[in-house]
Amino acid sequence: MTVAATRTLSPARLPGLLVAAPLLLLLPGVALILALFAYPLLRLVVQSVTDPEPNLDSYRSVLQDPTLWLIIRTTLVVAAECTALTLLLAYPLGFLLSRMPRRWANRLLLLVLLPFWTSLLVRMYAWMVLLGSHGVINEALVGSGLLAHPLPLLYNRFAVLIGMSHYMLPFMVLSLYSTMLSIDRSLLEAAGTMGSSLPQTFFRIYLPLSMPGVYAGCLLVFILSMGFYITPALLGSPQDTTIAVYIQQQIELLNWADGTAMAVVLIAIIGALFVLYDRLLGFNRLLALGPS
Amino acid sequence: MRLLRLLLVLYCVGVFGFLILPLLIVVPVSFSAGAYLQFPPPGWSLRWYRMYFSDPQWLDATWLSLRVAAVTVLLSVTLGSAAALALVRLPFPGIGLLRAILMMPLVVPSIVLAIAVYSVYVRLHLVGSFWGIVLAHTILALPFAVVLMVAGLQRVDRRLEEASYTMGASAARTFLKVTFPIVRPSLFAAAVFAFITSWDEVILMLFIGGSAGTTLPLRMFSFLRTEINPVIAAVSTLLLLLAALVFGLSEWMKRRSVVRALP
Repeated sequence: MTVAATRTLSPARLPGLLVAAPLLLLLPGVALILALFAYPLLRLVVQSVTDPEPNLDSYRSVLQDPTLWLIIRTTLVVAAECTALTLLLAYPLGFLLSRMPRRWANRLLLLVLLPFWTSLLVRMYAWMVLLGSHGVINEALVGSGLLAHPLPLLYNRFAVLIGMSHYMLPFMVLSLYSTMLSIDRSLLEAAGTMGSSLPQTFFRIYLPLSMPGVYAGCLLVFILSMGFYITPALLGSPQDTTIAVYIQQQIELLNWADGTAMAVVLIAIIGALFVLYDRLLGFNRLLALGPS
Repeated sequence: MRLLRLLLVLYCVGVFGFLILPLLIVVPVSFSAGAYLQFPPPGWSLRWYRMYFSDPQWLDATWLSLRVAAVTVLLSVTLGSAAALALVRLPFPGIGLLRAILMMPLVVPSIVLAIAVYSVYVRLHLVGSFWGIVLAHTILALPFAVVLMVAGLQRVDRRLEEASYTMGASAARTFLKVTFPIVRPSLFAAAVFAFITSWDEVILMLFIGGSAGTTLPLRMFSFLRTEINPVIAAVSTLLLLLAALVFGLSEWMKRRSVVRALP
């Protein structure tokens, strides 16, 4: 045995520490989440079915009250519309970026990510300045004589969609771009040489190959959109009340049971989507899409 | 073919415009001399900046946000690094469950997290308290720190550490001279994400902020709900400036780490 050999970091030499160390390292973070988030959430859910007496009234009302159904429907529709709009904007951009020289694509990607660095409230304010009845767009349209009266652009579904899509666009672009990069260009050239027309090549070869990115991006954007609060609260009207806005209102009124019931509905929908995501693409993909 | 490409490029320029231009619109508005939102501004002035810098409510909110973000960065990066170290270095049974718990705040919508935390704070009278806010923000920032630090630690070639250790460096020296420089970019990224998470957080604050805990985003949010005078444009422009600074700094760090990683 040389001196050097005895000094190696052999884990076998520290069996006791090896069991305790990971727990000690993980404990503070896990304990914080369990104590302030997981356990209280569980408590709220239990309370929502037992307080003041054991019943399922809150959940029954979620399923039976047409207003609440409308809120759930609004949330799903807004999320779906936002996903579709984002995809429409992002697909050509992802395509172009994936065809560019890497250096340029990387620089432009930084621009795509720029909104990430800016406060969400700054972005909301910017849309208010743009879309308001005395906002930039309306002043321009009315001032130039194109319109007699300002268009109702703010405080409606349209504004919510624009604001949300603006937030979600980078997620979608990144998801599409990473898939599109891996598409083999020679396949497209081969199709072209064999006489396939441009639309044919796109619809029969490129689009199917890019579908994993489309699925990943759409699911991610849809899931994030479902829980959105700030955009509908600031840019929407009362008719655009989403699940998140409803929950906030109920808790503000100290109506914990109904607020929690709706939160459970939200978790259930999102949980189902995550299972779908996992089945289709695997969770690792989702984490890889995160900050890098 | 050429026409198609031109159309594609034009479309993408439009999408870029949609992404970037709205952010810039707040800059001219912030220098407006008008008393309310007008575009183009009737004249130029610094009155809204003067208003921001002379209003103790705005300044207090900013100061509170800065302090909360600073402590949140420290806490979440420390706890996140410790957790990541265990997840990467010391695999043991049941680790999947613990990892899932650490990722929960990222997966569950903020509104759900907010009501859970709020239900505890109401009972413990932590609503509006500095440490209450910091702990809640730390929960939100923790998953980012864990993900980034796990990625960073996985990049560390353990043979380098063993070599250093074998050649007589102490464990502490090995960590400082070998491990730390390798994971430094990840640490920095984790700190930046924690800062942004805390600095921009509204939904939690709506519940746990109370009257004493008005952070900058919370004040902006209630402002946007009631009145839109250009002081918020001045605040927004300052925030854009800060974002540009953080962005530039992190790009610089990234570039530096790439250069250093090359042999």
